[in-house]
Amino acid sequence: MNNQRRTVLKSGSGAALLGMLAAAGIITPGMALADWNKAAFDAKSMADTLKALGAGSPADSKDVQVTGPDIAENGAVVPVGVASSLPNISMVAILIEKNPNALAATFTLPEGTEANVQTRVKMGQTSNIYALVKSDGKFFMATKEIKVTLGGCGG
Amino acid sequence: MGNPMKIRAANKDGVTEVKVLVSHEMETGQRKDANGAIVPAWFITELVAKHGDKTVLSSEFGPSVSKNPYLAFKFKGGAKGDKITVSWKDNKGDSRSDEATIG
Repeated sequence: MNNQRRTVLKSGSGAALLGMLAAAGIITPGMALADWNKAAFDAKSMADTLKALGAGSPADSKDVQVTGPDIAENGAVVPVGVASSLPNISMVAILIEKNPNALAATFTLPEGTEANVQTRVKMGQTSNIYALVKSDGKFFMATKEIKVTLGGCGG
Repeated sequence: MGNPMKIRAANKDGVTEVKVLVSHEMETGQRKDANGAIVPAWFITELVAKHGDKTVLSSEFGPSVSKNPYLAFKFKGGAKGDKITVSWKDNKGDSRSDEATIG
């Protein structure tokens, strides 16, 4: 038990994980989740986020689709989907350019999981939404503008 | 511990579609309360879905995922009666795990 705790402490980063351990007592082996990518989620601009994700400057691709409404009446709940026909997609991320922190969510897809993910995000204002996918180790991106009539942050 | 998640998993033509509705505040840390004090951020950071012992999706969330997050994804395989387990953790150290059966 103690050995396991040491390993977790060493591999972990930051106070968030420590707090998590303190509250949870210990992480059970079945729940060994990846470390939360703080740098990427804290990044404010699109460029910084892409850098933190190690994506550099991804190429635009027609094989990546972002789905969502053209106009969102309520910015607090905007349904967004990402789908792609590119091969061997291991990662999908949703970025919202004009939110305080651009990155909304990342999904790691093991083999067998389709590159087709839907979720709901908050948008502070009208913005471009970017879908970033990693296919065969390369990053590709697609974008869609969603107009927001009522903001979801601070409203 | 938060409230239970709602998990639906259905297999069709060898592909299992999983839909998850999590019950969580997802507070951004940007909002202020009536007295002007900032409401501290409180959101899910990690969510993992497993089919049996195999991870089929692992995700990281930021605070801009909506309150009571919804998530849908598909994976190849899975059969009726198999177990799907979804677990999350939030930035306050809370966590929860729920199970559903593929129908």
